[in-house]
Amino acid sequence: MNAFEWVNATTVDEAIGQLGAASLLKAGGVDVLDRLKEGLDAPPRLVNIRTVKGLDRIEGDAATGLRIGPLVTLAALDVHPVVRKSFVALADAAGHAATPQIRNMATAGGNLLQRPRCWYFRSRDFHCLKKGGDTCFSQHGENQYHAIFGNEICAIVHPSALGTALVALGGSVELASSRGKRIVLAEQFFLPPAAALERENGLAEDELLTAIVVPPLGASARSAYTKVGEKESFDWPIAEVAAVVERSGANVSRASIVLGAAAPVPHRATAAEKLLAGKPLTRETARAAARAAIEGATPLSENRYKVTLFENVVRRTLLDAGGVR
Amino acid sequence: MQDATKTSRKATFPTGIAGSGMTSVELDIPTSEPPVLPPNEDLSVVGKRTPRLDGRLKVTGAARYTADVRLPNMLHAKVITATVPHARVKSVDISAAEKAPGVRAVHVLERLLGSAVVRDSSKEIASKYPIVRYSGQPIAAIAATSPGAAEDAAKLVKVEYEVLPFVVDADEARKPGAPLVFPAPADMAATAGGGGGGGGLTQAGNVRGPARGGMFGPPRGDVENGFAAAEVIVEGEFRTQVQTHSPLETHGVVADWRSDGLTVYSSTQGTASVRDELAEVFGLPKTQVRVITEFMGGGFGAKFGAGNEGVLATHLSKKAGAPVRLMFDRRTEQLAAGNRPSSHQKLRLGAMKDGTLKAIHLVNFGTAGVGTGAGAGGPAQNMYECPAVLTEEADVFVNAGPAASFRAPGHPQGCFALEQVIDELAERIAVDPLALRDRIDTSESRRLERRLGAERIGWSRRKAPGSDPGPVKRGIGVAQSVWYRFTDMDSACEVRIARDGSVELLSAVQDIGGGIRTALAQVVAEELGLQAADITVRIGDTNFPIGPASGGSVTTNSITPAARNAAHDVKMQLASLVAAELGVEPSGVVMRGGTVAAGAGGKSLTFRQAARRLKTEQIAGLASRSANYSDGKRAFDRYGGVQFVEVAVDTETGVIRVERVVAVHDCGRPINPLAIESQVNGGVLQGISYALYENRQLDRNTGHMVNPNLEQYKILGARETPVIETILIEEYRGRSSTDAGGIGEPATVPTAGAVANAVYNAIGVRLREMPMTPARVLAAMAAARKEGGRA
Repeated sequence: MNAFEWVNATTVDEAIGQLGAASLLKAGGVDVLDRLKEGLDAPPRLVNIRTVKGLDRIEGDAATGLRIGPLVTLAALDVHPVVRKSFVALADAAGHAATPQIRNMATAGGNLLQRPRCWYFRSRDFHCLKKGGDTCFSQHGENQYHAIFGNEICAIVHPSALGTALVALGGSVELASSRGKRIVLAEQFFLPPAAALERENGLAEDELLTAIVVPPLGASARSAYTKVGEKESFDWPIAEVAAVVERSGANVSRASIVLGAAAPVPHRATAAEKLLAGKPLTRETARAAARAAIEGATPLSENRYKVTLFENVVRRTLLDAGGVR
Repeated sequence: MQDATKTSRKATFPTGIAGSGMTSVELDIPTSEPPVLPPNEDLSVVGKRTPRLDGRLKVTGAARYTADVRLPNMLHAKVITATVPHARVKSVDISAAEKAPGVRAVHVLERLLGSAVVRDSSKEIASKYPIVRYSGQPIAAIAATSPGAAEDAAKLVKVEYEVLPFVVDADEARKPGAPLVFPAPADMAATAGGGGGGGGLTQAGNVRGPARGGMFGPPRGDVENGFAAAEVIVEGEFRTQVQTHSPLETHGVVADWRSDGLTVYSSTQGTASVRDELAEVFGLPKTQVRVITEFMGGGFGAKFGAGNEGVLATHLSKKAGAPVRLMFDRRTEQLAAGNRPSSHQKLRLGAMKDGTLKAIHLVNFGTAGVGTGAGAGGPAQNMYECPAVLTEEADVFVNAGPAASFRAPGHPQGCFALEQVIDELAERIAVDPLALRDRIDTSESRRLERRLGAERIGWSRRKAPGSDPGPVKRGIGVAQSVWYRFTDMDSACEVRIARDGSVELLSAVQDIGGGIRTALAQVVAEELGLQAADITVRIGDTNFPIGPASGGSVTTNSITPAARNAAHDVKMQLASLVAAELGVEPSGVVMRGGTVAAGAGGKSLTFRQAARRLKTEQIAGLASRSANYSDGKRAFDRYGGVQFVEVAVDTETGVIRVERVVAVHDCGRPINPLAIESQVNGGVLQGISYALYENRQLDRNTGHMVNPNLEQYKILGARETPVIETILIEEYRGRSSTDAGGIGEPATVPTAGAVANAVYNAIGVRLREMPMTPARVLAAMAAARKEGGRA
């Protein structure tokens, strides 16, 4: 780890004023500390935003939707009564990440903005594409945990469980800078390698993520989230799925199905969503949708199992969201 | 008083398993030995569940581990390691580092420890520095006034490499034309119970051996004849991965070189082994090297000797004239501090239709990286009755960190294969797996352990594979342990009684975590009629009488007889002082419940009153381990152990959950059942972690480990911890003055095999490769479906 200057920001404006190439933002510090220790980042200045007041609140309800401060911890999201009751996918995504200790430290904003966990990216031994090198070591290497979609340039999987849920819920992020504020749909915020190789989202260098916005779900909509890890304690998913199923009468009016740990961005299974629309949610339609969800997968040498796994997890999550037992 | 002309006496020992038909055996033992210790039910301290005396220190953080040691003016070291898997080091430029702020010393290694070496040194690649043979190999170290200064300076060291071709995959390394890890045959001292080692084996390319036979001798019988006579032949091909020891406390020392001698605080499982290696490397008499291990945070077999870390720190301390702290970081711990070798086993077993074994043939290729000792044949050689056993085991060198002995070397991997094949035989001849083992296993302990375990787990509710409705299938499996009763004769204790009645025990033995501190206190307390908490136990310091290295489950077996004999010696000294006052012969003085008395109902003193009669401030007894008692025809003694595992397998995700484990074990006379249960818990958890999660993953293209941490190197956590029920049997044979044994290795030997057998019972598909990940479960099920579809 390099020596660095430490700045405690106490307001949003102060934090924004500290942004720039020489600064690295730190909220919970979970991901940042790992990166500093491995030497992946060596910033002259660390800007602590944990000290910014007012960014740790969850506002709103089922009818209005949610506004979640970026400093809300995963632990807080997990147990918040409104999130738990009406935005189950979000609560479960937060509640199944990492460990209780980490969930008490890790923030919602940090979870969305953390860098990928690809072991080649994370190791100082590999100067990979993401770090300005000319090789994606996973393509012909140890790729059992890597992407099965959109993996032709760089095969990371997006690390954010909240991101997976947020895309499914049609959520957005609020980004602030000295130029003002903008709201970006989560689905557009996350960027694939073809659009941005050395970062994973559209956050500009002078911007601060100031809120996570979740629209209200229709009265007939329900969400669900499933994480499958090799372990439950302190492990990343090998597959995760967030789904929202909205009904009109007996039929599905709109389904939103997002696969995490599947692609460099939260991966929306649009073919599966289309397949369900206008049909009742049954074991059979869920099975067909799950099959559609994995179509077009391009597994690598060691991660073919993920295709089967995702098919099963998509089906289970849909049935869960639809209340089909 | 002993009759000086008589060196031995007859003594009658309890023998057998408590609660299961105890008898007695008469043995000739030296007259210097204490009286026979009755079974635990007749004792008041030994055999009773006793919380660790140092438990509070540990959980409050007051216990001082090596990593906690801070000495005045202490410097901090940073190790420079190789960034390539195979190279000749052309130069190491330390000039800039030496001038960096805070730097007090730099040392470049002249000789690397822990790796195999080319047998004929003239055939080694000519080089000023040790050849780099794995990524992460230590090259040099820097000592500076702060960890940060050392780290910054380390970046200034320039190592120039002449890169050589490398191979990290054991299958690739076996192919003709593979890059050579060593240019000529290489050897490394074998590790206890590790097999595969041994000098002088032939080596072709990277393949060294095979070695035929095991530690108890050459192959038995003729396997060709055995297979020809067999009515049933079962066989299987099994692969196990490389597992790293991953102790919570990494390897490390604080070395303090002074003109009058060297003191080293070391995280070691063998204080004397560190002393001996440092004495050798630095040309010091052993008496001028003091090694201290107050508390240590786990070793599992990888912490014997000074190691590269100890040698580097001592050089730095010598150069800087100040104490130097060198703890490996987690990355170096994963890369360069040892591991359990892989195995690739082809196991073939011939039997009669009634299960009688006729032949066992194991062919194994394992890799211990740049080390040797990848054998896995122990269980095949030693578990079951079989007239013909041939094990052929080769080490495959690859450019990866050297293996070190690891909790029952070779045995968890050997049982993973053997116990699955035994279950396959049971299925083929349509016999229950336990009934088959009853037929072919002569161990009396394991026979009882099978019965007790089957009752506890509910073996009778075991269903046919795959019979659960729904995607989650449950299954029950069993596997057995075999391990050996090694004794380290370098085991001695001194027990002192002071005039205020306080008692202390001194020994260089270290507590690797099993709780030997408490066990020693119990043994001494039992002898003196006191409580364990009354005994001050000072251990882990080579200034005290020598202690055994804690490896191979030797500690309790080796050191507790010495403790008892020393306590008995000092007890008799005290008894002699008060016998006249009590009106009995010294041999008639009874110490029990804090009193010193002339037998039941006779005159009595408190222990403190008796101690006040001392003519000098202190009396002491010193005893070394005496030879195991023998009737002259005892075979080498073994430990049993049987584990039952219940799993739930999600056939849609491939995730295996171990839900319950019943572990039935024997370790002779249990001294502290509470600590033994803890050790069984640890062995079971480490076994499950090995079976399902842990895997040292090397990148096939660059040779670097991609998970040299504790995040991506996956170790079981709280959510993966099953219900563990331990059943401990008391097994007496009159082997020593305590008849105690060890449990460290047996507790982990069968676990992975039992998990695999339970998985088969759940889903009807055998997993022959570890770790048993969701990827492998899904693939095995898909392959089975495909095969079923064709049939």
